[in-house]
Amino acid sequence: YIHIINKADMAASKGLKILVGCKRVIDYAVKVRVKPDRSGVVTEGVKHSMNPFDEIAVEEAVRMKEKKLAGEAVAISVGPPQSQETLRTALAMGIDRAIHVEIPLAQLEKLQPIHVSKLLAKVCESEKPDLVILGKQAIDDDCNQTGQMLAALLDWPQATFASKIEPSQDSKQLRVTREVDGGMETIDVSVPAVVTSDLRLNEPRYATLPNIMKAKKKPLAKMSPDQLGVDLQPRQEVISVEDPPVRKAGAKVESVEDLVGKLREKGLVK
Amino acid sequence: MLNGILKTVQLVGSASRARLCSAPTELVGGISFKLSEEQQSLQELARKFTADEIVPVAAQYDVSGEYPWPVIRKAHSLGLMNLSLPKWLGGLELGVFDGCLATEEFSFGCSGIQTAILGNGLGASPLLMFGTKEQQKEYLGRLIEEPLMCAYAVTEPGAGSDVAGIKTTAVRKGDDWVINGQKMWITNGGVANWYFVLARSDPDPKTPAGKAFTGFIINRDTPGVNPGRKEDNLGQRASDTRGITFEDVVVPAKNVLGTPGMGFKIAMGAFDKTRAPVGAGAVGIAKRALHEATQYAMQRKTMGVPIAQHQAVAFLLADMAIGLETARLAVWRAAYEADCGRRNTYYASVAKAFASDVANKSASDAVQVFGGNGYNKEYPVEKLMRDAKIFQIYEGTSQIQRLIISRELLAAAMSVKS
Repeated sequence: YIHIINKADMAASKGLKILVGCKRVIDYAVKVRVKPDRSGVVTEGVKHSMNPFDEIAVEEAVRMKEKKLAGEAVAISVGPPQSQETLRTALAMGIDRAIHVEIPLAQLEKLQPIHVSKLLAKVCESEKPDLVILGKQAIDDDCNQTGQMLAALLDWPQATFASKIEPSQDSKQLRVTREVDGGMETIDVSVPAVVTSDLRLNEPRYATLPNIMKAKKKPLAKMSPDQLGVDLQPRQEVISVEDPPVRKAGAKVESVEDLVGKLREKGLVK
Repeated sequence: MLNGILKTVQLVGSASRARLCSAPTELVGGISFKLSEEQQSLQELARKFTADEIVPVAAQYDVSGEYPWPVIRKAHSLGLMNLSLPKWLGGLELGVFDGCLATEEFSFGCSGIQTAILGNGLGASPLLMFGTKEQQKEYLGRLIEEPLMCAYAVTEPGAGSDVAGIKTTAVRKGDDWVINGQKMWITNGGVANWYFVLARSDPDPKTPAGKAFTGFIINRDTPGVNPGRKEDNLGQRASDTRGITFEDVVVPAKNVLGTPGMGFKIAMGAFDKTRAPVGAGAVGIAKRALHEATQYAMQRKTMGVPIAQHQAVAFLLADMAIGLETARLAVWRAAYEADCGRRNTYYASVAKAFASDVANKSASDAVQVFGGNGYNKEYPVEKLMRDAKIFQIYEGTSQIQRLIISRELLAAAMSVKS
């Protein structure tokens, strides 16, 4: 399945310019608690870190640089002031420079993938990357939408749930292996393209301490949604956020006969 | 499986602590307890490294006593070792405080492995403070290039607290010195690439300590240097502790640190930089003890409820917390004084003395919270008790620390007109 929209020859060029999206989310190890007013989850004072799928995206961009497939890697984060820390982590892992689209706190809770993808699309207009790599989904909302929406807005090809990215056989495109429900699908996409990272794409490196120190000196530019001309008016309203239902206790059975008997009792088998 | 639980448990612990300290970024009332962004990054990296690389293997190294080379190499590759070495050598030139942050994190995982890593700090300290540029380039540069270890060799079978009583001799022979003697309980003794060795260079017993000793840098592969067997210790078993014999070891004049006769001052000077980090190691144990005890108390049920709901148990946890918070602050103060360029002897001794006592009590209380399970090797707390004890002994015994503190405070008191 081949898109032929653009004919960048990767082997001959200076390398792709990659834009990597990073989202600041509640750390995966935190026990998330619902706010008493059920309007959302508690984020105040809670440990946050880079979305794990975005770490994988950053790692892939850095590896492509090391393999000389990419020339420049830029990280971008749409979020509150603290998203800067997330960007510093990306810089410490080997990204060259960062862009922070700062969202005021009041609008943060109502921010949706549609808004983020519009902001990213605007940035792509000026940055002109050859490849955008995003995490397949964020672990806080599990939306799995931003990459797809971005590709649609830009009218670029998309290769989602990537578990491998390499040059195509003729080196003019990218060959992406995707993890799909039926197994693995391999497609060739022309650049510029949007790719979203899945779990098995790579294992992110630790940032070394010297790189963490150096990251402070790498450029970090700030932008606002107004500057980018994007309207953040929410399209959705969260009515309530609830805990999942408490798991009911099960029962232990001693034998297969008991099991079948119990299933019959509950009318689950005839 | 237990290690998986440990990993999750440590990360959750940090989340709850974050909830407790949403501190302002500016100085308030002239003082700040908030870590800088860089320090936070260092702490996070050290914490992640500990969870991923130290915690899963700590129990196994405790049993085997093998030197944790894989962990050391990984720490070295991430730039987590030799933090204080100067930038011109390729180091990060971080302060004592930053070293304490990393040390506390490693020690949470395993204080034996932490001591192995920190041993370099002690060995390097004399060269950092008194070495010539050539000596620093040669010996400290090596540590940065490769994951090599060094050791601080002062203690002897007959002289630990009584440093002035050491009997290893250094005799001038032309331009060289010949070292003869025996050192004991040297951390990293069997794995070091070079040693800082203190020897008596003036045989006259009337010569005061401040003039009678000389510090040397001795390469491991110098003929006559013989590390003994690895000692089988109660705790911190991953750390390599040995006796070392020096038999007619010839050392060139360029390996003398400072000038002949300066050795005592150099050896003691090193402690001002290393006592706070040793205290930080003790704090790490205290933190781990509280952590394990808290998690266990929330899960173990007696009398129909988690034991954390029994005040007797909850109060044990509270006392551990009291110790942990105060010991950490004492360590921070000592480190801060050193980084300010001031002589921090008083604060360093206070921190080390207090933190080592807190670590021992906390570890013992953690075993208590675990009850019968705590006494058993299947659970992680008996190791904490065994590891904690040495903190009251090495780097200056708790008794010596009290000697230092009382001397300092009396000297200060006597200098004030009443």
